[in-house]
Amino acid sequence: MSTSTTLEAPKSGTWDGGNEPLKASYGKLMMWFFLLSDAFTFGAFLIVYGLSRHKHMPYTGEAEAFTFSTEWWPIPEKVFNAFPGFHGVDLPLAFVALMTMILILSSVTMVLAVEAGHRMDKNDVQKWLLWTILFGGTFLGCQAWEWAHFITGTDEGMVLADGTRIFGANLTMNQYGPPLFADLFFFITGFHGTHVFSGVVLLIMIFINTVNGVYHKRGHYEMVEKVGLYWHFVDLVWVFVFTFFYLI
Amino acid sequence: MSTTDISISKDVHHAHEEHDHHHDQNFFEKYIFSQDHKVIAKQFLFAGIFWGFVGGFLSILFRLQLGWPEATFTFLEPILGKWVENGKLDPEFYLALVTMHGTIMVFFVLTAGLSGTFSNFLIPLQIGARDMASGFMNMLSFWIFFLSSIVMFASLFIETGPAGGGWTVYPPLSALPQAISGSGTGMTMWLISMALFIVSQLLGGVNYITTVINLRTKGMSMTKLPLTIWAFFLTAILGLLSFPVLFSAALLLIFDRSFGTSFYLSDIFIAGEALSNTGGSPILFQHLFWFLGHPEVYIVILPTFGIVSEVITTNSRKPIFGYRAMIGSMLGISLLSFVVWAHHMFVTGMNPFLGSVFMFLTLIIAVPSAVKVFNWIATLWRGNIRFTTSMMFAIAFVSLFISGGLTGIILGNSALDIQLHDTYFVIAHFHLVMGAAAFFGMFTGIYHWFPKMFGRMMDEKMGYVHFWLTFLSAYLVFMPMHYIGIAGFPRRYYSWTGFEAFNTFTDMNTFISLAAIMGFTAQFVFLFNFIYSIFKGRRATANPWHSNTLEWTTPVNPGHGNWPGEIPAVYRWPYDYSKPGAAEDYIPQTVPYSQTQSSNLPYEKDLE
Repeated sequence: MSTSTTLEAPKSGTWDGGNEPLKASYGKLMMWFFLLSDAFTFGAFLIVYGLSRHKHMPYTGEAEAFTFSTEWWPIPEKVFNAFPGFHGVDLPLAFVALMTMILILSSVTMVLAVEAGHRMDKNDVQKWLLWTILFGGTFLGCQAWEWAHFITGTDEGMVLADGTRIFGANLTMNQYGPPLFADLFFFITGFHGTHVFSGVVLLIMIFINTVNGVYHKRGHYEMVEKVGLYWHFVDLVWVFVFTFFYLI
Repeated sequence: MSTTDISISKDVHHAHEEHDHHHDQNFFEKYIFSQDHKVIAKQFLFAGIFWGFVGGFLSILFRLQLGWPEATFTFLEPILGKWVENGKLDPEFYLALVTMHGTIMVFFVLTAGLSGTFSNFLIPLQIGARDMASGFMNMLSFWIFFLSSIVMFASLFIETGPAGGGWTVYPPLSALPQAISGSGTGMTMWLISMALFIVSQLLGGVNYITTVINLRTKGMSMTKLPLTIWAFFLTAILGLLSFPVLFSAALLLIFDRSFGTSFYLSDIFIAGEALSNTGGSPILFQHLFWFLGHPEVYIVILPTFGIVSEVITTNSRKPIFGYRAMIGSMLGISLLSFVVWAHHMFVTGMNPFLGSVFMFLTLIIAVPSAVKVFNWIATLWRGNIRFTTSMMFAIAFVSLFISGGLTGIILGNSALDIQLHDTYFVIAHFHLVMGAAAFFGMFTGIYHWFPKMFGRMMDEKMGYVHFWLTFLSAYLVFMPMHYIGIAGFPRRYYSWTGFEAFNTFTDMNTFISLAAIMGFTAQFVFLFNFIYSIFKGRRATANPWHSNTLEWTTPVNPGHGNWPGEIPAVYRWPYDYSKPGAAEDYIPQTVPYSQTQSSNLPYEKDLE
């Protein structure tokens, strides 16, 4: 049973143990598996959105004649058509397109930060992390405005059957359509926003570590890479959220 | 997040070697906030045993009510207080009892207690690793589970009682606090506790998966892994993919309950008053719940598949029959477990065509399950069987799994399910196949690995008493339930004496309750044996069962880092028992082929 006396070596193929078969450290693997499970969480929410929407009537009339009603699911372009500083101007999806661009841009700067990490270029890592934090923060700010506008509502509001007028939306009332539309909007974009917020917190933490030279001393910037994975995932989820809420 | 938990050590196999030169750990580091997988496993085990007794005790309470519906239980007043009025159990408390029994047993005992114990304990030991990939996250996993336990346990003592909507917490019942007292604060605490529980499961699961992928010792290829590791690996993957969906479902339910949304609610009148909620669908919750719920039953049973395979082959002194078929069937079961959830929902008014699709997929599961059963029997066949306590439980596991599995084929038929849905037939089915069977698998594991956990042996005589009493009562409790179920008696009913048709079953229900009390009492034999043996048991040798796997190459009481010297390398599969020509009837995985020339098979000559 002695193991030390043997001269022969055990097998040493990719999956034969004693190595990292997927060429990734355990920390990176863990991040990947966490993202996989998080994808299922978001997947469940988007399925809830799909089913809820399917249960409601679509609007079938002329696009120009569209009015908000609890009878049908609203047309997104008619709901999300405001832009800060352009009160009363109909700019369908302009603001959300800008938000999306900012978030995608932050993914680009994240890639540059990771790339700088591979080169062990501390200054570049700092620079690109800072840009990413800035874009992430801007996205959150835009979302705050978007929410505020959604909650306040339009000037016209919606006339209910009993003649009263309601403005804006909350979790129980909704001037734009069925209450569930607002419920889902708040819940899903809010859940995504929480993810972005956590991402920004993580980015700030690794930014501080980078400035303090923690990763430089450690000899690699893998932590930046791991947070980068998370950040790209959050961006990818936004693409889906954007598609579901704004485009279809 | 501190950077220490995910920092990287270049060669993880040697990461902990420094710990061998002891830096003294204080009491808290060593036993409470320990990052050692063996200590964490024991923490999960103790918590699981505690919860097992709580869950069992709750079931005895409602069995008293079911067995003796006319009796008065004034003697329960001192412990249950206001839940017993004039000697009668409060009907709403009865609902809370069944809910908590289900939740505790499924999640806290058979998920956390089972996977938490054996995945943590065996993965590093059997794959040849110093510890889990991230000890810190592992510790976090236990303590978040502990927090979730506290919330759940506290909910037993609040005035309005714990959650009472059944362990599946279907809305609208669970979503409306005004519906029953069990949907009030107790339900809120249930949801908080489960959300924490899911976080703990994900932390644990991510760790198990990465550890198996990255930390296997030299030579330990995927097809040299013991079946236990394959089982834990797949269990962790199932948990990783299904628990997040329960998390989504629970979050939406929390919003419906506390913030006025209508995800699951529509057109509801309660106490003559119409609620404003509109547009939601309670069926949606069922889909989300069972997308977790069905994989969950495999999360419960898969680890025991692995444990039982290991114990049966060791104690039959024969190689496992169909090693690759065992892996294949577990893979098949894992895959299928994600596409059968709607068989829990045949009576929700779903399209019959969709029902038949889910029925078809469900019945396919019988194939890999049967492969496993036949392989276990074939392993036993003409083996040199050693009837250790652990082996008894393992064989009984196979028996219970067959008995419970056969009724699964009946229930999987959508047409038959319409008659049997939500009756005691269902109760009998799943208690045999995933309740009793999983418990037997857990006992198998505890009796088998106790020497490695505590360095001492459990008492065999007491083990036999425990086994026979438990085995008999398992069948005596659940077999008669099939008849009550076929007769149509619905589950979760507080009292059945109001229905003439069910009065003929009075004696049978009393009988079941008596058997249940016997079974519960028998567990105290186990508890005594367990605690006594930790302190006073016979001292174990390094490899008491003459087993092949790596954990038995560690010292009797493995320290931090598991192996004092270098980690052993692996040369062969773990099931070389009774190999013709070998000196002994077992060849551990660490023995190279060059040392066993007399027993090598022709194709193994090349490996010498």
